[in-house]
Amino acid sequence: MKQDTKAQIKQITDADYRYGFETDVDIQTAPKGLNEEVIRYISARKGEPEWLLAFRLKAFRHWQTMAEPHWGKLHYDPIDYQDIIYYAEPKAQKPESLKDVDPKILETYEKLGIPLKEQEVLSGVVAVDAVFDSVSVATTYRAKLAEKGIIFCSISEAVKNHPELIKKYLGSVVPYTDNFFACLNSAVFSDGSFVFIPKGVKCPMELSSYFRINAKNFGQFERTLIVCEEGAYVSYLEGCTAPQRDENQLHAAVVEIVVLDGAEVKYSTVQNWYPGDENGKGGIYNFVTKRGLCHNKAKLSWTQVETGSAITWKYPSCVLKGDESVGEFYSVALTNHYQQADTGTKMIHLGKNTRSVIISKGISAGHSNQTYRGLVKMGPDAQNARNFSKCDSLLIGSNCGAHTVPVMKSANPTAQIEHEATTSKISEDQMFYCEQRGLSDEEAVALIVNGFCKDVMKHLPLEFAIEAGRLIGINLEGSVG
Amino acid sequence: MALLEIKNLNVSVGEKEILKDFSCSLESGKVYALLGPNGCGKSTLSGVIAGNPVYTVTSGSILFKGKNLFDMTPSERACAGIFLGFQYPVEINGVSYAAFLKQAINSRLKAKGEKPIDAVQFMKRLKTRALALGISDEMLKRFVNVGFSGGEKKKLETLQMAFLEPDFCILDEMDSGLDVDAMRVVANGVSIMREEHRSFLVISHYDNFLELIKPDVVMIMAGGHIVKTGGMELVQDLKEKGYAEYK
Repeated sequence: MKQDTKAQIKQITDADYRYGFETDVDIQTAPKGLNEEVIRYISARKGEPEWLLAFRLKAFRHWQTMAEPHWGKLHYDPIDYQDIIYYAEPKAQKPESLKDVDPKILETYEKLGIPLKEQEVLSGVVAVDAVFDSVSVATTYRAKLAEKGIIFCSISEAVKNHPELIKKYLGSVVPYTDNFFACLNSAVFSDGSFVFIPKGVKCPMELSSYFRINAKNFGQFERTLIVCEEGAYVSYLEGCTAPQRDENQLHAAVVEIVVLDGAEVKYSTVQNWYPGDENGKGGIYNFVTKRGLCHNKAKLSWTQVETGSAITWKYPSCVLKGDESVGEFYSVALTNHYQQADTGTKMIHLGKNTRSVIISKGISAGHSNQTYRGLVKMGPDAQNARNFSKCDSLLIGSNCGAHTVPVMKSANPTAQIEHEATTSKISEDQMFYCEQRGLSDEEAVALIVNGFCKDVMKHLPLEFAIEAGRLIGINLEGSVG
Repeated sequence: MALLEIKNLNVSVGEKEILKDFSCSLESGKVYALLGPNGCGKSTLSGVIAGNPVYTVTSGSILFKGKNLFDMTPSERACAGIFLGFQYPVEINGVSYAAFLKQAINSRLKAKGEKPIDAVQFMKRLKTRALALGISDEMLKRFVNVGFSGGEKKKLETLQMAFLEPDFCILDEMDSGLDVDAMRVVANGVSIMREEHRSFLVISHYDNFLELIKPDVVMIMAGGHIVKTGGMELVQDLKEKGYAEYK
C-alpha cells in the first residue's frame, strides 16, 4: 500500500468503543479476594440450599490445588486472584416486575438496545434474560414460554424453583475438575441463564441473554445451562458488552448444553467485550469453557462472532456421544490493535456415524495475534464418523499474526477427517477495485472482510448477522495500512 | 470547459517511463476511441485517471470538471463521476453483485451527504438495468467475478457502469475475449448511456467492436503520447497498415 495512503488511514481515528459507558447505580459487592468466607457470602446472598454451597466449596478446594494453564499462545500480566471482587449486585432486591427495577438499570439496557418491555414485539420474537453484573434483571415473555412447559429463567431462580433439574444436570457436561477456569467458575459462579425445553417441544422464539460487566475489578462468572429433551429444539443467542476500563477484568464463564436424543440446539454468540485501547491497555480477559453433550441423533451448532476482549481463550466443543449425532462450529474471530486470541473447538466423536463441521475464519489486524486451536478426536467406536474442517486466516497489515494448530486423533480406521486451511491478505487490486467504485478504504475493508466471513455469517440468526456485520466494520476502523 | 483536461503528463511505473508529455482535452457528450500498440501506455492512462497507486505521476496535470484530479483519492474520483471498466476485473469472494453495488451507491450518496438508498428503489434500479443488458437475477446473486468467464465479467462491468451512471467512463479493452453477442451487449450499454453530460474513453484494438460503438473521435497513441487524431477512417487505415508508421 502506498505510503501516503498508509498515512491517510493512520489519521482516521478509532471509533470510540461505543458501549464504553458506566451506570451510576448503587452496587453491593463482596469484599475483594477469594476464600471460603467469600463463597459462603455469595451462597448466602443468593439464598442457596446446602447442596449447592457444598458444590461450590468442593470446587473451590479443588481449585486451590490447580495451576493456571499456560499452553495457549497468550501473553498477559499475571492475574492476582485475590485482587478481584467475586460478586456484585445492584442494591435493590430481586424485582417482581419491571416497575421494581432500578430505573438506571433499565436505562442502561435501553442504551444497549435490549428490550425489557413485554409489550415490545420484534419481527422475530426474542425473549431476553438480562444479566446486569451478577443478577438477572428480568426475563420477558415468561408466560408464553411457560404455556409450552419451557423454562427460561436465571440459574439462581432455577435453583429455587427447579432444584431437581439443576442437581441432575449442573456439572454433567463440564465437571468442576475439567480445567482451572471452569473450576473457578464452579466455585464462584454468579448467575446466568437456565433453559429447559421439554420433550418434543420446539421453542417458538429465539431466547436471548445479555451480559454486561459494570463494577470495577469485578470478574464476571456466569454459568449457563441448557437442557433440550428428546426431539426438542431451541435457538439461543448470547450477546456481551463491557464498559471501558483501564484495569483488566476477568470473565471466566461456563456454558453447558445437554442435547438428548433427536433434539437440536443452536447457540449463537456475538461477543464484543472491551478489547483494550489501541496501545493494548485494559480490556477483558475472556477465559470460557463451553461444551455440549449430544445423545443419539442429536445436533448442536455453535456460531460465534468474536470481536472483543483483550485476551480470548475459548473452545466451544461438542461431545458426540450418541450415534448419528452432529456437531457444528462456525466462527469468526476478529482481532485488532493488541488483542490476542487462542480459540477454536473440540469435536469428540464417540458414537457411530457421527458428523462434525468446523468453519473458522480468523481476521488479524493491527498488532494482534490469533491462534486457531482445534481438536478432532475419533474414539475407537466412532464407526464411519466424518469431520470436515476449514480454517481461513486473513491478515490485514504486516504487524499481525495468525497461527493454526489443528490436532487430529483417530482410533478408528473407518473414520474420516478432512482439513483445509488458507492464509491470505487483502490484495491491493481488490482494494483499488472497490475504491474505484466509490468505496472508502474502510468501507472496502469491511466489505471484503464480510465477504470472507460469509460462510459463517449465514448461520447466524438474521438480527445477529446484521449486528455482527456492523461490529466487524467498527472494530476494523484504523486497521488498514 | 472540457470534461477532462490532461496537460503534459509524465507517468512512470517504478523506474520505467510510460506516458511522455501526454496531453489531450476531452469534451462532454462524446465517445473517444483510443488505439495503440501494446505497451504504449493505454492502460497506464486509464489507471492514472482512476488513481491506481502503482503509477507515479512525475509531472503534468489532470483537471476533471475543472478540479485537480490529483487532489482526490480514487474513491473521491469515483464519487466525482469517474468510472473504469477494468480489463481484468478482480474477484471478491463472499460478496454478491447486488451487495457490492448497494455499497457502491451508498458510498456515493454518503459522499454527497445523503441518506442510503431505499431497498426497494435499489432493486428496481438494479433489475431494470440488468434486464436491459440481458443479465439474469441469478447472476446478480453470484459473488463478484468469482467463477465468471471473461465475457461475463465484462458484461457485469457494463452493468456496474449503467447502474452507477458516471460522467466519465473508461472502458479498458472491454471487448477483449468477447463473442459477438457479448460484444453487442457492451456496445449497447454504451449507446443507451450516450448523453450530453457524459463521455466515454474506449480503449480497444478491434474494428468490429468500434464499428458497433461508433466513436466521435479516434485517437492513436504511440511512444507514450497521442500521435494522431481523426475519425473512424483511422481505424480502417490501421487494419490495413498496422502501427508501423507511428513507431
